[in-house]
Amino acid sequence: MSTTPLGTTDNVHFEATEPGTLKKSMHRAEKGRRAITWLLLAPLLIYTSVFFVLPLCTMLYKAVDNPEVISGAPNTSKLLSTWQSKSTPLPDAAYSALVSDLKHAYGKPELGELARRLNYEISGFRSLIMKSARKLPALKLGSNDAKQLLYDIDNRWQDTRYWIALKRSSERFTPYYLLAALDLKVNDKGEIGFVDQEQRVYTKVLIRTLTIATVVTLICLLIGYPLAALMVRAPKPVTIILMLAIMLPFWTSLLARTSAWIVTLQANGIFNNFLISLGIIAEPLELIFNSTGVYIVMVHILLPFAVLPIYNNLQNIPNHLMLASSSLGAHPVKGFISIYLPLSIPGISAGGLLTFIVAVGYYITPSLVGSAGEQMLGYFIAFYTNTTVNWGMASALGIVLLLCVMGLYALASVTLGVKQLAGIK
Amino acid sequence: MKHRNHVLIGQLIHYFFGILMVLFLITPLIAIIPLSFSSGSFLSYPLPGLSLRWYQEVFSSGPWLDSLQNSIFVGLFSTVLATVLGTFAAFAMARRNISAQRSILGFLIAPMIVPPVITGLGMYFLFGQLGLTASFKGLVIAHTVLATPFVVITVTANLQNFDMKLFRAASSLGASPVRAFFTIVLPLIMPGIMSGALFAFVTSFDEIVVTLFLGGPAQRTLPRQMFDGIRDSIDPSIIAMSVFLMLIALLTLITSAWLNQRSKNKYMTE
Repeated sequence: MSTTPLGTTDNVHFEATEPGTLKKSMHRAEKGRRAITWLLLAPLLIYTSVFFVLPLCTMLYKAVDNPEVISGAPNTSKLLSTWQSKSTPLPDAAYSALVSDLKHAYGKPELGELARRLNYEISGFRSLIMKSARKLPALKLGSNDAKQLLYDIDNRWQDTRYWIALKRSSERFTPYYLLAALDLKVNDKGEIGFVDQEQRVYTKVLIRTLTIATVVTLICLLIGYPLAALMVRAPKPVTIILMLAIMLPFWTSLLARTSAWIVTLQANGIFNNFLISLGIIAEPLELIFNSTGVYIVMVHILLPFAVLPIYNNLQNIPNHLMLASSSLGAHPVKGFISIYLPLSIPGISAGGLLTFIVAVGYYITPSLVGSAGEQMLGYFIAFYTNTTVNWGMASALGIVLLLCVMGLYALASVTLGVKQLAGIK
Repeated sequence: MKHRNHVLIGQLIHYFFGILMVLFLITPLIAIIPLSFSSGSFLSYPLPGLSLRWYQEVFSSGPWLDSLQNSIFVGLFSTVLATVLGTFAAFAMARRNISAQRSILGFLIAPMIVPPVITGLGMYFLFGQLGLTASFKGLVIAHTVLATPFVVITVTANLQNFDMKLFRAASSLGASPVRAFFTIVLPLIMPGIMSGALFAFVTSFDEIVVTLFLGGPAQRTLPRQMFDGIRDSIDPSIIAMSVFLMLIALLTLITSAWLNQRSKNKYMTE
């Protein structure tokens, strides 16, 4: 018989006549209690799975979903899927399939989507498709063969690049968006390579996003740490004032704070007028709608995320450690570096990771107080969803951002634990 | 004690830094308050005169008042939903009898970690298929997702001080688990639940990103109204609303501090 402890009763010893039966009934009771726990958890687990995880899965799906060519040019895509573009010439049947597909799609929304999708592959493909579809009905098919007909409309149809692009985008699922989010693409030879130098935008945006988040996090830690330390060592009234100064902005609406900063920092705003009236500057400083504005406002908004975990951590460092070090003759700076700072690393890491994770997903603040040069990944995700309706691109950029955040979250959970990160003591 | 001067200078610099930080954190918020009482429409000093015209504009019937009502409506519904779901889950985890506890906590607070722009995008796709975009139902569901982590965290933190033996004692005296929960556990953790609910409400009340993805013209919430206003051009009505929101924040802050204190007192008297 095994001697494993029975759940919560391991410190109790029973003098039962039949230890087997007792153990069994204890086991049953424990099982029942566990079932109740799961029952209590179930509603939120289901809710979060359905309304949070499922949407994220939908996004993953949209990043590889590729329905436009299949539904816009069904015959062509079916035919091209069997074409070995490397070894054999384009079959003539492909031309007639495309002609019939274009005639069929003409005047329907599918045509626009087909043209838009193909334009991602080769720029100018949109106008080629639209032009061909527009001209086809006027021309008589049958007398000429479809090949000649398309050549007459536009000689770009003689270029196999367009047909290879058509074939490539005929797959049910496409790596196009995911590759494009990293400035990569599949070239006509079927190899993965970088897009042209001048088209490499997303790696720049990713680097910019990570840079802004890193700089904001460092500034927040650099001013958050001494602030938290002051809160710990100052007399209580000072601590309360500091706490109030941190918590009031924290609870104030994000947009209220943003508008307050715009009014304060703009060219004829409060701050510039104040400096001019003091005679410190003659011309207003450009403090907002550029990177300075983004950094000032983001640090203001994210400072509490850095300060509060550090404050919680510093509170638990016993005061007498520093006293002991100074009574032993150590210079306060040395005492700080060799005793205080190492003990506050958990707080610094929690504050830093939390600040970075929140900062990296920001887009409302930079879109309101930054210029075009400070727009972060989040901005492009919203832009592709709402403005250009390129859902594949929006989703692929979303995946890049999600991977950054989840990677850090996993790192934080392993090193610090979820509880420390969430601020549960 | 030979470093006393250094310590003193260090302290002086530290306090001076503290003053600077308080100024940085608070000044922009304080500086806009007088502007909201301006009789003119320029956002700079000196004020041409004092008036309540901007408050009148914001609080008389119109887009501002409608958006405020929408925000309160969505906020209340998502708060109730998030608080109930979050409290049960937090209580379940405090029973500490399942092994996957940590991963479950990590999973349940993930909506707080994942950037809202990603959550919003995914919901935009899925809710579109379910017919939940441009509806209050969809917005409440979405805000509840974003708000539950705060309830879970606050109530879990609160339950750390709760002695589960009390619950077992009630059970062993014959109370059903449901009765034990409602008569023993709930009153004790009530301040924690209220803080969680407060957090949930503020999360929904201030939510803009997911609302931009999911809300239709009829679901214009206050943040949405302010966002459009700031993007076009800031006029004093936005400042008046901002000052009002700061007042709400101050009340929230005081309430949250009071709840915190009450929660501490409850456990002190144990």
